[in-house]
Amino acid sequence: MAEVGKRRVRVDAFDKATGRAKYYEDLVPQDALYMRIKHAEIAHGMVKAIDTAQAEAVEGVVKVITCFDVPDIPFPTAGHPWSMDPGHQDVADRLLLNRHVRYYGDEVAVVIADNEVAAQQGVRALQVEYEEWPFVLDAQEAMAEGAPQIHEEFPNNILKHTSLRQGDYESAIKEPGLIKVEGWYDTPSVQHCHIENHGCFAYEEGGRITVVSSTQIPHIVRRVVGQALGRPWGDIRLVKPYIGGGFGNKQDALYEPLCAYCSTQVGGRCVRMDCSREETFISNRVRHAIRTHIISWLRPDGTFAARKIECFSNQGAYASHGHGVAAKGMGAFPQQYPCANVEGDAYTVYTNRPTAGAMRGYGIPQAMFASEAHIEDCAKALGMDSLAFRRQNVMPQGYEDSFSHNVNYEDSYRQCLEKGAAYMDYERKMAEYAKETGPIRHGIGIATFWYNTAVYPISLETSSNRMLLNLDGTVTMQCGETEIGQGADTAYAQMTADVLGLASYRDVHVVSTQDTDTTPLGLGAYASRQTYTAGFSIRQTGLMLKEKILKHASDLTRQDVHNLDIVDGRIVRTTDGKDLMGLCELAMTVQYDTVHSEHITAESTFTIRNNAYSFGCTFAEVEVDIPMCKATVKKIINVHDCGRLINPALAEAQVHGGMSMAIGYGLGEQLLFDEKTGRPLNNNLLDYKLSTIMDHPHLEAQFVENAEPTSAFGTKALGEPPACSGAPAIRNAIFAATGVAVDQIPVNPHVLFRRFTEEGLIQE
Amino acid sequence: MAKKQYQLVHCWINGKEVEEMVDVRASLTDFLRHDFRLTSVKKGCEVGECGACTVLIDGECFNSCLYLAVWAEGKHITTLEGLMGPNGEISDIQQAFIDEAAIQCGFCTPGFIMTAAEILERHQYYTDEELRKLLSGHLCRCTGYENIFRAVKKTMLRRLGMLDDPYLNT
Amino acid sequence: MYDLSAFYQADSLEEAVRLRAEHPEAIVIAGGTDVLVQMREGKLAGKSLLSIRGIAGMEGVSLDEEENLRIGSLTTFSHITADPLIQKYVNVLGEAVDQVGGPQIRNAGTIGGNTCNGVTSADSSSTLHAWDALVEITGKNGVRRVPIEKFYLRAGQVDLRAEEGELQTALLIPKASYENTFGHYIKYAMRNAMDIATLGTSVNVRLSADKRTFDRVRIAFGVAGPVPLRATSAEASICGRPVTLETVEAFGRAVLEDIHPRDSWRATKAFRQHIAVESAKRCLIESVKLAGGEL
Repeated sequence: MAEVGKRRVRVDAFDKATGRAKYYEDLVPQDALYMRIKHAEIAHGMVKAIDTAQAEAVEGVVKVITCFDVPDIPFPTAGHPWSMDPGHQDVADRLLLNRHVRYYGDEVAVVIADNEVAAQQGVRALQVEYEEWPFVLDAQEAMAEGAPQIHEEFPNNILKHTSLRQGDYESAIKEPGLIKVEGWYDTPSVQHCHIENHGCFAYEEGGRITVVSSTQIPHIVRRVVGQALGRPWGDIRLVKPYIGGGFGNKQDALYEPLCAYCSTQVGGRCVRMDCSREETFISNRVRHAIRTHIISWLRPDGTFAARKIECFSNQGAYASHGHGVAAKGMGAFPQQYPCANVEGDAYTVYTNRPTAGAMRGYGIPQAMFASEAHIEDCAKALGMDSLAFRRQNVMPQGYEDSFSHNVNYEDSYRQCLEKGAAYMDYERKMAEYAKETGPIRHGIGIATFWYNTAVYPISLETSSNRMLLNLDGTVTMQCGETEIGQGADTAYAQMTADVLGLASYRDVHVVSTQDTDTTPLGLGAYASRQTYTAGFSIRQTGLMLKEKILKHASDLTRQDVHNLDIVDGRIVRTTDGKDLMGLCELAMTVQYDTVHSEHITAESTFTIRNNAYSFGCTFAEVEVDIPMCKATVKKIINVHDCGRLINPALAEAQVHGGMSMAIGYGLGEQLLFDEKTGRPLNNNLLDYKLSTIMDHPHLEAQFVENAEPTSAFGTKALGEPPACSGAPAIRNAIFAATGVAVDQIPVNPHVLFRRFTEEGLIQE
Repeated sequence: MAKKQYQLVHCWINGKEVEEMVDVRASLTDFLRHDFRLTSVKKGCEVGECGACTVLIDGECFNSCLYLAVWAEGKHITTLEGLMGPNGEISDIQQAFIDEAAIQCGFCTPGFIMTAAEILERHQYYTDEELRKLLSGHLCRCTGYENIFRAVKKTMLRRLGMLDDPYLNT
Repeated sequence: MYDLSAFYQADSLEEAVRLRAEHPEAIVIAGGTDVLVQMREGKLAGKSLLSIRGIAGMEGVSLDEEENLRIGSLTTFSHITADPLIQKYVNVLGEAVDQVGGPQIRNAGTIGGNTCNGVTSADSSSTLHAWDALVEITGKNGVRRVPIEKFYLRAGQVDLRAEEGELQTALLIPKASYENTFGHYIKYAMRNAMDIATLGTSVNVRLSADKRTFDRVRIAFGVAGPVPLRATSAEASICGRPVTLETVEAFGRAVLEDIHPRDSWRATKAFRQHIAVESAKRCLIESVKLAGGEL
């Protein structure tokens, strides 16, 4: 017993190590038709006509559908819980195929064929006539007067603007003797790059549409497909098998609505949609590029008098997750380094770029780059040590946020910083590296991160769960919080085993595939909510099931139920520890009772109205080859206080993946667009510089385990936090090594060449 | 294509001799997945940039997406399914991936294991740097490669009888 | 499934030459790591293919009667790196092609394909330029040899006459080229694996008997122009100069006279020039060390 807290092998590890785990493409019926999308080859404009004759003439082409054919039903795509408040609903701003082309890659037509090659040939044979309009790629340029208008209902392309006011900024900056530190910090559009591209297939059966999809959010996608097709939601069945990663990209309805629609247009035949890697980069979702302007007014003692932040978030062509991302990022600002007087404004702006949506961290990686680069600039301006300045100013223990009512119960930040500094041998090495003057230099950078778990109080935070006692005494568990690679199913099995008193987490069968026909409604994998949110419903449902089991046990053993418990999968009398019967015997006896037969199940929904902080930091050591304009991470550690670890082995693995993503964000990854045409330049895995195994040092993951008091199992967010602080730590390490501050990521050789030239470190 | 073109291909797949008419347009990935339902062969990019479709051809690792099926003539091809013994026993490298938590979403896993299998078959000691280079043809977004690297390294050391090697604990 | 319109498989060189002349429009494919990518991307969609993969006698490394190093065009990168003759005489070529893509690509990609696609970033090509390699071409009219610099006509275009059934069959490095010569290659890229060169620099040196003087230095670049190129004036300037750091500095600056990289989204001209100078110096220093010299 006591599975929670143990290093346990993943429940799906064997199937994945043997290649038998089935992903959507492994399940496609052999007779499925192929659909391929015609993507616009202009960045902005209107489709005037599409000549389909040549495409239809290609042997094997079954049907061509264009933007002139689809229903005029705008629909939203974000993987948010629906809201009954119309003002809080996601923006419905796209059709299945769009006449108004809003980015280079927008969907304008579909070719359905009986084989892959014919579908591709059909797409190439389509003749599209456009009316081209001016386009804009930059968020601030899109806000300017006279900029191209991308959605009629949003003047100046501003999807949303929110403000933050705390204290009195204008008065506070008049305090004499303040030091002003100001900076602009830029983050790029990046892509999730899960190794499995998004794809799905759809067919009609029994008058309903079944969609099998590589998604993180089956229940939400069911709703969106219903909305997009104008069909009752019950008409849609969504099935989610194993998926090859998501990282937020699949927290959106991607091509499921279009694929479902295509099936309805070919008599309900099965239609498959397989995104190519190039499509995944451009026509799925990307992370918002956010430009952040920060001004801090510091007292000579290193405290903040007033702070100001402005965020300009590049939404791209369609709303998707929209302003939620920038708003979350700005929300972190007054909390991470609290200050009495804060002004903030965040703008989310449509541009003619690929649509930005959710991506691991949801605005926080961008915010942390700006915030922690700026904090470094502040420390330098004051002549203070980076670590000391952070220790002085970062959120104190006992801090409570007035909006979410999250409380920093422990001194998480300082505890994490201490561990990181010890691992790095921070003080000794900083002193040593300060002496370097040659072409190769070293430095250590620090960044903390702020995160909160799940989406309460912004949105509904609920989870449902079903448990069934099997006749062999094992338990089958189902919930809507999906396994997407992070290890959720294993954590659930451990938690379920403990609540019920089973001998092993292997006695819990977590149904990994979500099927909206049978899976209780849960909202999916996002917001690092899985173990925290599902934990409440697992505990509640488990206790309900346990109560039923013990009631039956009481009947069968004639013992008072209050003297009974389940220990290692057996009914035990607590007064003397006597083993009364096994769960198998109990289940069999109850099931095959000729009068009162019962299959023992429990099902419940738990809606939380609290949330938990999850904090930590990165320390990164870099080596900078100045003449070669290259920075290399030599040593790196992330320290997290994510509460109690459900499974330390999987927790470490989560942190490694996030650190890797953060290294890429800091040094290499960025989607590029041609300024003249808006065309994407590097939407493939060769030109988009995702880190390889040769681009990493050992990734060290450590924890401070302060059990979260609000949590069912003491746990809190860990999925996204590891991706949040690496990039600024690397930037700050380069700053420490060279004295050159770089206010944009990725800090790639091109940027270093420019900055080193500007600062005189290299001569032309 | 005016007329469909097929070619008879005779090869060994996971030790079994097969003879099939192959569409000349098919990649080896298509051939293995479609004709033999060997779905461990994953498609992540189909242009040789991710490594998810890696299989062994005559003992060397290849991206099966960039290999025409007709080229399989006379070749011995091994996919992840082929590493499993007749009674369902799995290889040491598969077990290491399981034990070291080297698997998350699992999509890069089959390809990685195949390249690892090739490396391990050489019964040779590699330094960390060499090992990283040998594994560098695979992209993974979940693991940061950390536990994958450890799984391969530990298996290499185990096979070489170097379990006491201090590297093991790095 | 690839969108290809017809497929011709040659099982011998004679058959390949015949098929090439009969179907000059067909794209020759060997390893497939470039052609199939372009076919998937659409650039070569609908084309026909002539596969020369597996033709006997076109792979492997050997020494001919004159002790010239002969590398069959179908030799894969990994086999070149592992080859004892390469390791003995032109180790730098093995090191250069060991930086192409990743292991799977190196198992499939061939040196012939790497040079016949005519791209400037090819990792093998700068080294082949720097070692005065000869290209052996076989066609209906027999065999001809051209210096590799002449083989590259312009970006993406090499001197192969399809109508005459011509194929590249080998690359030769003359004994006079490799004898007593040591070289180093730097691939400058944004990642340490699976990347295309932002700039490739290959240098080799022959020092005087006392190791104090540069007798001969050759340097070639990839991505410093539309095709790989030699920095001939830099080479000339260093000949006969003492092995000192001052000479190295001067050599680095001199390459700017020879190269003409362009601005592209992958890198600016100024950046490539800067890296070219730095790489030239580092390659030269490394080559001197390999040759037994001291700096």
